[in-house]
Amino acid sequence: MAHVPLFSLLIAVPLLGVALIALLPRRAEQLAKPIALGAALVVFSGTVAMWFGWRTDGPRFQYPESYTWIPQFGSAFTLGADGIAAVMVALVGVLVPIVVLASWHDAEPGKHSVRAFFALVLVLESFMLGVFAATDVLVFYVFFEVMLVPMYFLISSYGGPRRQYAAVKFFLYSLVGGLLMLASVIGLYAISSNQLGKGTFSFEALLSLHIDPVTQRWLFLGFFIAFAIKAPLIPFHTWLPDASAQAPIGVSVLLVGALDKVGTYGMLRYCLPLFGSAAYDFAPWIIGLSVAGILYGAILAVGQSDMKRLVAYTSIAHFGFIALGVFAFTAQAGTGAVLYMVNHGLSVGALFLVVGFLISRRNSSLISDFGGMARLMPWIAGVFLIAGLSALSLPGTNSFASEFLILIGAFGAHKAATIVATVGIIFAALFVLWLYQQTMHGPLIPELAVTDSPARLAVRDITRREVAVISPLIGLILLLGVYPQPVIDVINPAVDRTLADLHISSGR
Amino acid sequence: MIESLGAHVAALYSAKPGSVHAPSIDYAALSPILIVLGAACLGIVVEAFSPRRARRAIQFVLAVAALLTAGAAVVWQAGANLTTASGAVAIDSAGLFFQGSIIVLGLLAVLLIAEQKLERGGAFAVQPAGPDRSVSSGTGGVGGTQGAGVAGGAGGMASSESVRVPTNTEVFPLTMFALAGMLLFVTANDLLVMFVALEVLSLPLYLLCGLARRRRLLSQEAAMKYFLLGAFASAFFLYGVALLYGYAGTVSLGGIAGAIAHGPSPTLGGHASQTLLLLGLSLLIVGLLFKAGAAPFHSWTPDVYQGAPTPITALMAACTKVAAFGAIARVLYICFDKAAQDWRPILITVAIVTMVTGAVLAITQTDIKRLLAYSSIANAGFILTGTVTLSAAGLSATMFYLVAYGFMTLGALGVVMTVRDAGGEANHISRWAGLARRSPAVAGVMTFFLLAFAGIPLTSGFTSKFAVFSAAFGAGRLELVIVGVIASMVLVFPYLRLVVLMYAAEPAADSATVQLPGGPTRLAIAVGALATLALGVAPGPLLQLASNAAHFVA
Repeated sequence: MAHVPLFSLLIAVPLLGVALIALLPRRAEQLAKPIALGAALVVFSGTVAMWFGWRTDGPRFQYPESYTWIPQFGSAFTLGADGIAAVMVALVGVLVPIVVLASWHDAEPGKHSVRAFFALVLVLESFMLGVFAATDVLVFYVFFEVMLVPMYFLISSYGGPRRQYAAVKFFLYSLVGGLLMLASVIGLYAISSNQLGKGTFSFEALLSLHIDPVTQRWLFLGFFIAFAIKAPLIPFHTWLPDASAQAPIGVSVLLVGALDKVGTYGMLRYCLPLFGSAAYDFAPWIIGLSVAGILYGAILAVGQSDMKRLVAYTSIAHFGFIALGVFAFTAQAGTGAVLYMVNHGLSVGALFLVVGFLISRRNSSLISDFGGMARLMPWIAGVFLIAGLSALSLPGTNSFASEFLILIGAFGAHKAATIVATVGIIFAALFVLWLYQQTMHGPLIPELAVTDSPARLAVRDITRREVAVISPLIGLILLLGVYPQPVIDVINPAVDRTLADLHISSGR
Repeated sequence: MIESLGAHVAALYSAKPGSVHAPSIDYAALSPILIVLGAACLGIVVEAFSPRRARRAIQFVLAVAALLTAGAAVVWQAGANLTTASGAVAIDSAGLFFQGSIIVLGLLAVLLIAEQKLERGGAFAVQPAGPDRSVSSGTGGVGGTQGAGVAGGAGGMASSESVRVPTNTEVFPLTMFALAGMLLFVTANDLLVMFVALEVLSLPLYLLCGLARRRRLLSQEAAMKYFLLGAFASAFFLYGVALLYGYAGTVSLGGIAGAIAHGPSPTLGGHASQTLLLLGLSLLIVGLLFKAGAAPFHSWTPDVYQGAPTPITALMAACTKVAAFGAIARVLYICFDKAAQDWRPILITVAIVTMVTGAVLAITQTDIKRLLAYSSIANAGFILTGTVTLSAAGLSATMFYLVAYGFMTLGALGVVMTVRDAGGEANHISRWAGLARRSPAVAGVMTFFLLAFAGIPLTSGFTSKFAVFSAAFGAGRLELVIVGVIASMVLVFPYLRLVVLMYAAEPAADSATVQLPGGPTRLAIAVGALATLALGVAPGPLLQLASNAAHFVA
C-alpha cells in the first residue's frame, strides 16, 4: 500500500477530469457533470483507501512521495500526510462529490458555461488536496495561493448579484495574506540556508532550525495573518459573509467547509511547530481574538435576515472555537480542534445545502420569505433540524465531542476565556433554534397559505437528488456524534507530535 | 580631454606607441553580433534592390534566419570565457546568457512586427514623416472612437486605390540594428564600446517608435520624447565615461576596477580623486537606469510605450530591458563592486522608489499600454532588487527574471494587438469590458498573463519574484523584500481590475472585438504563454542555466 503514489494520484485525477471536460465538444457539454462526478468519486474512493490503509501507530507522515522539483530553491515536490492532514484530505474527498451533485443545475441559469463550472470545481479539489498533502513549505505555499484562482472565478462567474464585489474582496484579502506569508517563507528559506548550509523547504528539515525569538515573531506573523485571513478570525473576517452569501451554494460549501480550514490547519501544522516561542508569545492575544470571534459571530448571526449570511457568521464563531483549541496547546484541545475542523465541514456543509434547498423553492434567501415550511416539506424540515442541531453542538451530533474536547482542553490554562466561550454556545443555540423556528414553524406566510398559488406549487418536499446529496452528510453527522473514536485515533498521535515540536521550538 | 582620450585609446590598442596595429579579434566569439549586424546591413541592400512585392517576405525570412543562426552561434560559444578585441568585448557565460535571451525574445518580437493580418499593410507607417492616410486623430488620438470615422473613410479610399496596401519593410533592418546593438551592449567590456553599443541600439528604436500607422501624432510625440530624453541620457553616460577616464586613466571595466582596488595605475595616468569616481559612476548609472526605465528616470516609459507601435513596445519591454540590465549588472559586478558601499544605498533607494512608483501609478491607468508600462517600471524595480545584492544568487535571479518577464510582456502585448475596433487597437481598458463573453480564449490567455504579472504561483511571475526576493533576503536586504512584497500587493489591484472588467462587465454594443491575428502573432503569443507556464511549473532547468551562467569574466 505504501508504494502507491496515492496523493499524486489524488491530485492528478481531478486534473484528468478537467482535461476530459476541456476536450468535450460544445454540444456535449452536459457530459461535464458525470465526468466531474466520476472524478470526484474516484478521489473519494482514494481517500477511503487511504483511510483503511492508515496505521495509527505508523510513522508520522504516511504515504510519502518525493519528486525533484526546483532543486535550486531547495524545494522538492514532497507529499505525505500526518493524521491532521489525513482527516482534512478525507473531508475534501467527501465534500466534493456531494457538491458536484448538489450543483447539478446551478451553472445553467446563467449565461455561463457548464463545462467551466465543473472544471473549476475539479481544479479547486485538486489544489485543496495538494495544500493538505504537501510536506514541503514551498509546495504548500504554491497550492495555498493558486487555490484562490478557481475560487475567484467560481464566485465571480456563478455567484449572486453582488458577486463581483464579493469575489474581488475575497481575492484581495487572500492575496494580501498570501504575500505576507511569502515574505515569511522566503525568510525561512534564508535562515535554513544559513543554518543548514543549503536552503531547503522540507518541513521536517525546517523543524530542526533554531530561530531566535525576535525573528520567530516576524515569521510567525507572516504565516499567521495569512491563515487568520483564510480561517477567518476577527478582524480579518469581513470577506467571508460576502463571499459565502454571493457564491452559489455548492461553492459556499467548499469555501467554508473545506477551503477555509486551510487557515486553522496551517496554524496548527506550520505556525506551532516552526515558531514555538512566537506562538507562546502571541497565544494570549490570539485566544482573545478567538473568544471575541465566538461571541461576535454568534451575536451577528442572530441579527441576520439572510440565511446564507447567517450561516457564514455562525462559521466565524466556530472558527473561533477551532483557533481557541489550536492555541490552548494541550493535546485534548488540539485534537478537539482538528476534530472540529472535520465536524464543522460536515455540519456547515449540511446547513448550507439545506439552505440551498430552501432557496431553490422560494428563489430567496431571506428568512422573512419563509415561515411554517415544515407543514409543506416535513422531510427537509427534519434534515434542517439535524444540521442545525449539529451546528449548535448538541450531544449526539458530531460537533459535541469536538467542542467539549476544546473546552476541557482549554479550561486548565485559560479559564476566563473558556468560560466566555461557553457563553457562545448559548448564543449558538439561540441563533439555530431561532432560524429553525422562523422558517419552519409558526403560521404559513400569506403568499403560501393559498393552496394552489404558484408560489405554493413551487414548494415541494425533498427530491431524490437532494436525498442523495444530504444523506451522506446526515449519516456522518450522526455516526461521528456517537462514535468519533476512529477519527480521534488518527488525529491524536499527529497532534501529540505537533505539540512536542512546539515545545522544542519554543524552548519551554 | 577628448584628444587625450583618443590618444589613450590608440595607445591601448597598439603594441608600440606610434604604430597602430589592428587588435586580434576572435571572430567566432563575436559571431552572434556579427551575424545580426550583417543581416541588418543585408536588409538595407534588400530594401534597395529587391522587388517591392517580395520585399516583405525576404526581410522577414532574413531576420528570422539571422536570429536563428545567431542563436545557434550563442549555443556554439557556450562555455566561452574570454575577452577579445583588446579586451573591449567580453564573451563570458553571463554575457552569452543575456545574448541568448535577447535573441529569443527578439525573435518573438520580430514575429509580432511581421503581423499583417490585423491591419492591412502592418502596424507601421510607410512614410515615417508626415501624416499617414489612415490618421485616426488630429489631437493626439487618445480616444479611439473619435478617429473611427476618419479611419473608415480612409479604409474606403485604400480599397479603391489598390488591393495591395503599401507595407513598411524598413522596420526589419532597423530592428536588427537595434538587436545587434543590444547584443554588443551586454558584452561590452569597455565603456566606449558600451557607449557605441548604446547608440547603435537606441537610434533605431527612436525611429521605430515613431512609425505607428495609427495615431500618428501620439507615435511621433513618443519618438520625439524618447529621442530627446534618450539623448540626455546618452550625454550623461558619456560624461560619466569621461570623468571615470579622468579617474582611472582607462575606460576598460577591468582597468577601472583595478584603479578602485589599488589606486590608478601610474602608467595610465589618472587622478585618484574620489570626486571623479563618484561623479562619473553616478552619471554613468543614470544613463543606464534611464534605458532600464527605473525611477526617477522612468517618465518617458508610459508615453513611449503607449505611442510606439505595439510590436515595438514589446521589443522595448522585453529586449531593451534585458540589454539594459545586462549592462548594469556587468558594470556593477565587474567594475564597481569594490566601491559598493558608495553606490549601494543609492541604488537600493532607486529600487524602492521604482517599485513604489510603478505600482502606485499603475493603479490609476486607463490605457492598457500605459498600465503595462507602469508595470514594467515596477518590474524594473524588482529586477534591480536582485541586481544590487552583488551576489551570484542575485545575478542569476536577475537573469531568470529578465527572461520570464520578457516572455510575459511579449505575450501580453501580443494579445493587446488583437483587441481592436474601427480605430485600430482598442487600448482604453473600458473597451475591454465583457471581452470574455465574446472571446473566452483570448480573455483566458490575457488573464493568465495578468496572473503571471501578479506573481501567482505556477506562473513564471511567481518563480522570478521568489528568486529575486530570496536573493535580496539572503544578502540581508530586508527592506527591499518588504517594499517588494508591498508593491506586489498594490500591483495586484490594477491587474485584477482588468480581469474583472473582462469577465464581469456586460459587453457594450461598441466594445472592442478580438480579431484573429496571423500565424506569427499567434505563435508569439502561444510561445509567451507556454514559456510563462513552463517557467512557473518547472523552472528548474532555466534556473540552473542562469545559476551556472551567473559569472562575468573579470
